[in-house]
Amino acid sequence: MSELRAPTGGRDAQSDASKSEIPPDLGLYRVLRDDGSVDPTTDPLMPEALVMRAYREMKRLRLLDARMILLQRQGRVGFYGACTGQEATPIGTALALQKDDWVFPGLRESVMMLVRGFPLSKYIAQIFGNSGDVLKGRQMPSHMSGRDVNYVSWGSCIGTQLPHAVGAAWAAKLQKKSGVVVGFMGDGATSEPDFHNAINFAGVFRVPCVLMCQNNHWAISVPAARQTASPTFAIKGRAYGVPSLRIDGNDVLAVYGAVSKAAARARDGLGPTFIECLTYRIGAHSTSDDPTRYRSQDEVDGWMKKDPVGRLRRHLVHRGLLDDARDQALEKELNAEIVAAVAEVESLPPPARETLFDDVYGAMPWHIAEQRDELLRGPEAPAHGGAGH
Amino acid sequence: MSVMRFREAVRAAMIEEMERDSRVYLIGEEVGHYQGAYKVSEGMLERFGEKRVIDTPITESGFTGISIGAAMVGLRPIVEYMTWNFSAVAFDQILNNAAKLRQMSGGQLHVPIVFRAPNGSAKQVGSQHSHSMEHFYAHVPGLKVLAPATPADAKGLLKAAIRDDDPVLYMESETLYGVKGEVPEDPDFVLPMGVANVAREGTDVTIVSWSRMVHVSLEAANALEKEGISAEVIDLRSLRPLDEESLVRSVHKTHRAIVAHEGWPYGGVGAEVADRIQRLAFDDLDAPILRVTTRDVPMPYNAKLEQYVIPQAPRIVEAAKKVLYRA
Ligand SMILES: Cc1ncc(C[n+]2csc(CCOP(=O)(O)OP(=O)(O)O)c2C)c(N)n1
Repeated sequence: MSELRAPTGGRDAQSDASKSEIPPDLGLYRVLRDDGSVDPTTDPLMPEALVMRAYREMKRLRLLDARMILLQRQGRVGFYGACTGQEATPIGTALALQKDDWVFPGLRESVMMLVRGFPLSKYIAQIFGNSGDVLKGRQMPSHMSGRDVNYVSWGSCIGTQLPHAVGAAWAAKLQKKSGVVVGFMGDGATSEPDFHNAINFAGVFRVPCVLMCQNNHWAISVPAARQTASPTFAIKGRAYGVPSLRIDGNDVLAVYGAVSKAAARARDGLGPTFIECLTYRIGAHSTSDDPTRYRSQDEVDGWMKKDPVGRLRRHLVHRGLLDDARDQALEKELNAEIVAAVAEVESLPPPARETLFDDVYGAMPWHIAEQRDELLRGPEAPAHGGAGH
Repeated sequence: MSVMRFREAVRAAMIEEMERDSRVYLIGEEVGHYQGAYKVSEGMLERFGEKRVIDTPITESGFTGISIGAAMVGLRPIVEYMTWNFSAVAFDQILNNAAKLRQMSGGQLHVPIVFRAPNGSAKQVGSQHSHSMEHFYAHVPGLKVLAPATPADAKGLLKAAIRDDDPVLYMESETLYGVKGEVPEDPDFVLPMGVANVAREGTDVTIVSWSRMVHVSLEAANALEKEGISAEVIDLRSLRPLDEESLVRSVHKTHRAIVAHEGWPYGGVGAEVADRIQRLAFDDLDAPILRVTTRDVPMPYNAKLEQYVIPQAPRIVEAAKKVLYRA
């Protein structure tokens, strides 16, 4: 990855000062400057239409997350893990991938399904877990999957998706298929053995995968510094012989540039890349969390200034691609799209009770069929207060 | 006596034992600065400091293994998992190390350690977060498994677990944490493991249960009473060791038994209970022993579907009528 510049050093350095004696796993690859201009030495030259698309997706996700959290508070949605403040990383990644690539996400990347073409109303039906949901009401919100878009449900036990990502990439290599596999994790997940399993195999087997760590600085209440004594997360890849770099995860151009290069390397048979994306979780860990218990508002405010949506907006204004009026019109349009999709699926009934017994095995064994018949002889469950009736 | 919630009783047991014995510490994710994922350890970091209330990286196998090592050389760890589901990634440490070190070392080593966490279904947390892990662990010789239903038992049994010289797994429940009850204040109130409690006396049918399902069984017993059926509810409290005597005594009186528990039926603790009763009280039985359990499928997310899968009072009532041939 020597062609990827690592302009600055130090844990949180964000200036443009060059140059490249600092190894990429200790540096910070960055494109967007604070004033909205780009650093011409690192600019991946993302096509204009794609930059506009990135903005639209990031903005839609910001609005969608806010809406879903509202519905959760109103008891209409059971659980939700938002991506607020981190939108640039999954969206920049999704835009750098191709159709036959695969994504093995963590908690905060669901939006990649949408970017990869999954319909919004079906996506929202997964959040309600009702009969409009292709997962048949089985899986928690923010743990979604869509076979059509090569997006796999992650495991509730942190980190278990990472060996899967490496295994899928290995299989693609053995079968001489063209796809690249991207696996995601949070900073906390690097403490689980499965991260080490995954990156070790990725290196030894030289598989076509990109492992992405969203360092959002917190794993619920545990700060990154309490997760590892390493100076960066990226440097962990070095020990496994996997080229690794640290990038500005709130800079969608940097994410797009870094993932495009890493995916191209993988496609060319050059093996895996590990990318640490420096970002920040602006909201709560999930709807079950209260972040005021462990972090200061000052810290959050500091990161709000580096908000990825705001930074991209400044860039688009700087380039003359956006103004306030167009931005407001876009917001209105996206909100209307979200409201319409919610209205379309919210009132769908729950999946039929006999579906509970499907898909436990490929073919239903007699003892499961017996349970189904017993359930069907009994009364319907009474209505109750839970979400996703 | 004072009235406490279940979570406060668990906390009180930990605090008293940590004050009594400086070798005891609490370790896990979110136990310190966050005050516990379910506020069980609220205030304990302030009280005991960072050396004894220890927040960890997300590595269950790591802090389990570290604590087993520390226990071997003299400390007495309390290891908290955010939920028992996450102990799955530490299973090898519990199964192959905590449970076996005493035996493998010819009795030279032992592991005085407590593992504790909420267990069983919560509300709409899906298949991977809704496991009843007591069934897996009760299978293992070398481990003890406790599953209290009331605040008093929670306190008395946790204190016993902390004072015990073998690994003890202690099952809590997210849906029990708010339950209130009278709790003895005596700092030496310690309950023996392996002794069941008769939660409700009755004469027609025995309902055997533990943890949250004791409350559901009591609800079923009340419904049965309205139909003229007197149900006895046995709260096992301890799954390994298991109180055979209380089971036999009750079935001797009622001649019929049901086991009601969360978790799957196949090879579960309910099957173990049924084995003991048929073996030790065969001549007393007037009907086969029935089990009311979580259905034999992974837990769904949808709220309504979930209600079909988790065992409910009406299913216990139905099973009671079946063993009484009144269905
Ligand atoms: C094995 C396991 N242990 C604990 C948890 C509880 N848990 C859920 S998310 C989380 C923090 C994850 O932090 P990180 O990997 O940094 O990702 P983030 O949520 O910050 O995006 C924890 C501890 C879990 N899901 N699985």
